[in-house]
Amino acid sequence: MMAVGGPAADRPGGAGPGSADGPGGGAGPGGADGAAGSAVLAVRDLRVAFRTRRGLAHVVNGISYDVPPGRTLAIVGESGSGKSVGILALLGLLPATTQVWGSATFDGAELVGRSEDKLRQVRGAGIGMVFQDPMTSLNPVLTVGRQVVEAIRAHQSVPKAAARSRAAELLAEVGIPDPASRLDAYPHELSGGMRQRVMIAVALAGEPRVLIADEATTALDVTVQAQILELIRRLQDERGMGVVWITHDLGVVAGIADHVLVMYAGRTVEEGSAAEMFGAPVHPYTRGLLGAMPVVDDPRTARERDPLLTIPGLPPDPVALPAGCAFFPRCPIRADERCAHEVPPLTPVAGGRRHWAATFYSPEGA
Amino acid sequence: MMGDDETTGPTAADRPATMGADVLVAASGLRVYFPIRSGTPLRGVVGHVRAVDGVDLEVRRGETLGLVGESGCGKSTLGNALLRLVEPTAGRVEFDGTDVTSLPASELRSLRRRMAMIFQDPYASLDPRRTVGDCIGEPLAIHRLHRGRARRAARVGELMEIVGLNPDHRGRYPHEFSGGQRQRVGIARALAGEPDFIVCDEPIASLDVSVQATVLNLLVRLQRELGLTYLFVSHDLAAVRQIADRVAVMYLGRVVEVGAASSLVSKPEHPYTEALVSAVPVPEPERERERRRIVLAGDIPSPAAPPSGCRFRTRCPKVFEPCPDHDPVLQAVGGSASVEQFAACHLHGVTTTPPPSSPSSR
Repeated sequence: MMAVGGPAADRPGGAGPGSADGPGGGAGPGGADGAAGSAVLAVRDLRVAFRTRRGLAHVVNGISYDVPPGRTLAIVGESGSGKSVGILALLGLLPATTQVWGSATFDGAELVGRSEDKLRQVRGAGIGMVFQDPMTSLNPVLTVGRQVVEAIRAHQSVPKAAARSRAAELLAEVGIPDPASRLDAYPHELSGGMRQRVMIAVALAGEPRVLIADEATTALDVTVQAQILELIRRLQDERGMGVVWITHDLGVVAGIADHVLVMYAGRTVEEGSAAEMFGAPVHPYTRGLLGAMPVVDDPRTARERDPLLTIPGLPPDPVALPAGCAFFPRCPIRADERCAHEVPPLTPVAGGRRHWAATFYSPEGA
Repeated sequence: MMGDDETTGPTAADRPATMGADVLVAASGLRVYFPIRSGTPLRGVVGHVRAVDGVDLEVRRGETLGLVGESGCGKSTLGNALLRLVEPTAGRVEFDGTDVTSLPASELRSLRRRMAMIFQDPYASLDPRRTVGDCIGEPLAIHRLHRGRARRAARVGELMEIVGLNPDHRGRYPHEFSGGQRQRVGIARALAGEPDFIVCDEPIASLDVSVQATVLNLLVRLQRELGLTYLFVSHDLAAVRQIADRVAVMYLGRVVEVGAASSLVSKPEHPYTEALVSAVPVPEPERERERRRIVLAGDIPSPAAPPSGCRFRTRCPKVFEPCPDHDPVLQAVGGSASVEQFAACHLHGVTTTPPPSSPSSR
């Protein structure tokens, strides 16, 4: 189903990978907490393209990261940035028109190019997933219990009755009151927050070592989001899972991430520890994104506030990416002549401890 | 640093509406109930969803009133009821002194020119088979404004310019625009009749962060330039803080707190507002990790069978004796000299309302 490898000439970007000597090496960025080698999931120079009528759409153009156990990596980006596709591709969850290059190892075993059967063993058992909308991820005509039981028996050969009592345990673990009777409920009988808890129970059924939360709280109200964030944090502590949060919400990221990766047009434009990324953002895109967010407890009244920062224009067409920095057409700074012609590599930020940015611009003194 | 393309800084003339300022829209005792019909034939109505269940609210001329709350709290229904896009079950709505709720259809239409709505999903609210120029011009035809082909076209071009669209694109179709541009089309259409009052119903909820900022800035600029009054309905308290002078918080069909936006967020007086504010993440890791978060237990009860007494009591961390038996009313709890704050909570003294009459009239 996936076309793998391919000659270098086929690679997206033409001008070569944006992160040739940045990530990938043990000392490079990409680790949610330094120490390469301890990572459960290690992604190196991952590229994903879709065949379309207009040509190859280069959706992910060389991203690298590590997910160590017990740590949280946040992948941040707007619609079309490639933040979800990167993960779906390595789990084999994209249509057959998808091409994938690069490497992703789970527990040392390569995922890219694996057969569907072998990927199925990793999905669920190795890597659990929670998606945005639990109503579309759950089967509406099957009871909650049946779906959790199914997930358990997909990975372990246990008798039905044992699986059912294990399912009730899982529902209790994710904070569903009266779990034994809720096994017989249908998804529509539950609230959005409860459905998302069921999805988390399904994801936990295979005892995964990495949990991927793809916009897992986006469809929820903020007070319910707070419940789910707390739940996942607790489960992560108890089970030592690595967690990958894929989200557009920088506020959520600020609260939970150890390491943050900001994506734009399929590349990592900036990454680092949450404190450094938010405290001293470098890339003009990251700075724009943070400036575009209203802050709830800014004491000024609406009339006293300055307008939010905006990023005029649109992200580039993945079928025709610009030759230089993908953000160049929208960039308010355009610091360097190279911006228009050269893809800036991900390089350490001067004075940063765990902080990399892919820009020719350096804000010191600015 | 980045494109400050929308607004200029505030001026003294921009001061928010203060107490005693004149009221443009007023709801009193407003209820909107939706019948729940039995799936079985002949059993008929088996109950009511009390989407809006006794709301008194004023929107002052020239202000932005933010209306926040979570899914199912009734905030969108309230916005619709203020424009009489849904028929209230009980209570009344006054627009600039005229009782909208009892107005015959013909008179309502002429009043409607002065009210408009901006919807969440501009793709769903624009007709995909009509050009954006036609979409924007439709209200002009309905209200018989700028009559004559040339004059109407000129007005459509002007409206497109006001919202930052290129008038040369009037012949394009909605699908040819990005989400942010489509929302600009929706805003231009709302402005066509030169309204005084616009209900913005989750206008940025389906947009990316950077696009949300441009739409919020645009709404602020238009308000200052055109002297508009907004009801800004949103689940996003941070966005509401950016645009609203005052905020009303809804829970299960009721307004539980209302006051100046800045003081309501910095000093919430209702436990639900407190929990809501605490749950909104701030994009600053150190502060975000130190903030005390109030995680509410359980789910919002069914609006078809709200709890007795205070509706929030089943989830309230501060629930005490009077809560199950007494339904609290909004009472003054402080606020600033110019904008009072009101909360419906027994912590500020036990108050109660008579139980609502059943929805029979109208």
